[in-house]
Amino acid sequence: MHPAFSVIFLTTLIGVGQGIFLALFTGQSYSAVELLPTQDSTRFYGNAAFIALGFLIGGLIASFFHLGHPERAWRAASQWRTSWLSREVIVLPIMMGLVFIYAIMHHFGWDSVLLTTDTGAQLSLTLIIATLGMFTTFALFICTGMVYACLKFLQEWHTPLTIINYTLFGTASGFILMTAFANTSAPDLMNFYGIWASIITLAVFVTRSASLIRNAQIKHKSTIQTAIGVRHSRIQQKSMGFMGGSVNTRDFFHHVSLIFMTKMKWIFMVLVFPVPLMLLWMGMETHSTALLFAAFVVQYVGLLAERWFFFAQANHPQNLYYQTV
Amino acid sequence: MTQLALVIDLNVCVGCHACVTSCKEWNTSGPAGSMCDDNPYGKDPTGTFFNRVQTYEIGEFPNTETLHFPKSCLHCEDPPCVPVCPTGASYKRKEDGIILVDYDKCIGCRYCSWACPYGVREIDEHLKVMKKCTLCVDRIYDETLPEAERKPACVLACPTSARLFGDVHDPESAISVTIREEGGYQLMPEWGTHPSNHYLPRRKTHQHIHEDELQRADNPLKKEQRGPSTPIDAPTLDDSTSW
Ligand code: SF4
Ligand code: SF4
Repeated sequence: MHPAFSVIFLTTLIGVGQGIFLALFTGQSYSAVELLPTQDSTRFYGNAAFIALGFLIGGLIASFFHLGHPERAWRAASQWRTSWLSREVIVLPIMMGLVFIYAIMHHFGWDSVLLTTDTGAQLSLTLIIATLGMFTTFALFICTGMVYACLKFLQEWHTPLTIINYTLFGTASGFILMTAFANTSAPDLMNFYGIWASIITLAVFVTRSASLIRNAQIKHKSTIQTAIGVRHSRIQQKSMGFMGGSVNTRDFFHHVSLIFMTKMKWIFMVLVFPVPLMLLWMGMETHSTALLFAAFVVQYVGLLAERWFFFAQANHPQNLYYQTV
Repeated sequence: MTQLALVIDLNVCVGCHACVTSCKEWNTSGPAGSMCDDNPYGKDPTGTFFNRVQTYEIGEFPNTETLHFPKSCLHCEDPPCVPVCPTGASYKRKEDGIILVDYDKCIGCRYCSWACPYGVREIDEHLKVMKKCTLCVDRIYDETLPEAERKPACVLACPTSARLFGDVHDPESAISVTIREEGGYQLMPEWGTHPSNHYLPRRKTHQHIHEDELQRADNPLKKEQRGPSTPIDAPTLDDSTSW
């Protein structure tokens, strides 16, 4: 497939936003049961939630560049019964709404403790919103992943690993950014986020490697024989029916060399995993926001490359019909 | 239930592209708006087509066979392109099984074209909506046309009658009979899309002549040792009258 930049930015940006929100949920729920020190509502939760919202909005804006008729985008909410894309279109604004509510509640300190247990754990209003937000976040990861994983003849995508990777990549990048953010406004949480960010990054290293291995071994079900229905081991296309290009040659081929593909794979494997982990570790040791932030930036750039590769690697069966001018 | 469809006879298609041009001509002038065409006579021509004719070579030189292969939307019975559409712009008509795109609802997200394994949906890069074969839905029901012309433009244009049109759900329709009797098949059956359009395979006509068939064993003339006519150098009646 041809990697479309709008979709690359959409999926990576909302991933960061979702990751930040999961980090906030984790932080707040740990502190509700007093496993972590409580943080300042406005400076920490409020501001971080606004950052998450910023990433989600950025992703939404990027997605509009993919549409031919963005002014009709509202229609895309109508087919939630059958279409994962439609479900994603519904869940994304719900999540944005919840993050927004969460952000302003913290910002203005509109919170109240609804329940306190004997052990001292507190259930506050914002935690309920955060819990709802957490479920929506996972729902959004599932929708985003399923948009690709549900297309069964794109065999590289048609695997649960697609959803797992989307979830873990987004979460990892959000947690790394939160590590940097915590270093400035909630230093007690820095190690907590940093360690989780490392664990998630290592986990996604395993799952992404698994999908790379899986994809390297794929045997494509469609062949030129099934495509035109002729049983002969030697079939060559002599003409695809037109001399110039068409949407079929532009949208479905990556138009790069095999060497470039391999390079991209190694670039993302290095930028997403070892480099950010190193920077993260160094940043945590030295309490340097710059290093922690660099870890996020490097990983984000790596994720752009990863998403590019994700699209480019998928081999659409229609390509069988467009082998030669 | 009705399921309108095409049957394409690869045995007679000569790859002349008459269906491609007549399709474009009819549909670009239709009420649904033009189909884009950029640099039609320039260096990199590109544009939207509902139907393309491709050419394949089967076998290895010199034992090759050329196959001309027209391809348009197959109007699948279980179309993967329809459920993925987030807006409902892509739909399958209940009454005749034609798959259509509502150009007023389509947001041009291209997702349906990813979901069609056959690569027959092409986004119109000017109007920014998804386009595909409509089976000439705006002509097959048009009662102002003579009945014989209420067929898709490609079917009417085909000089070799390689394209047949009809209802594949009616077991007695001409195309159902043809599919049954001539070995009609579907493309990429592995995805369970159940295309309605079928293709008829190339068929070879073979004749075997055995050695003994070259000589008639029971030739009555031979039996009586009498030649079929006078020797070739003997004067004929014509010769004698011309003296
Ligand atoms: S051929 Fe493609 S566009 Fe046509 S109905 Fe089948 S899946 Fe949909
Ligand atoms: S391009 Fe149009 S018809 Fe296709 S899935 Fe998107 S909205 Fe539906």
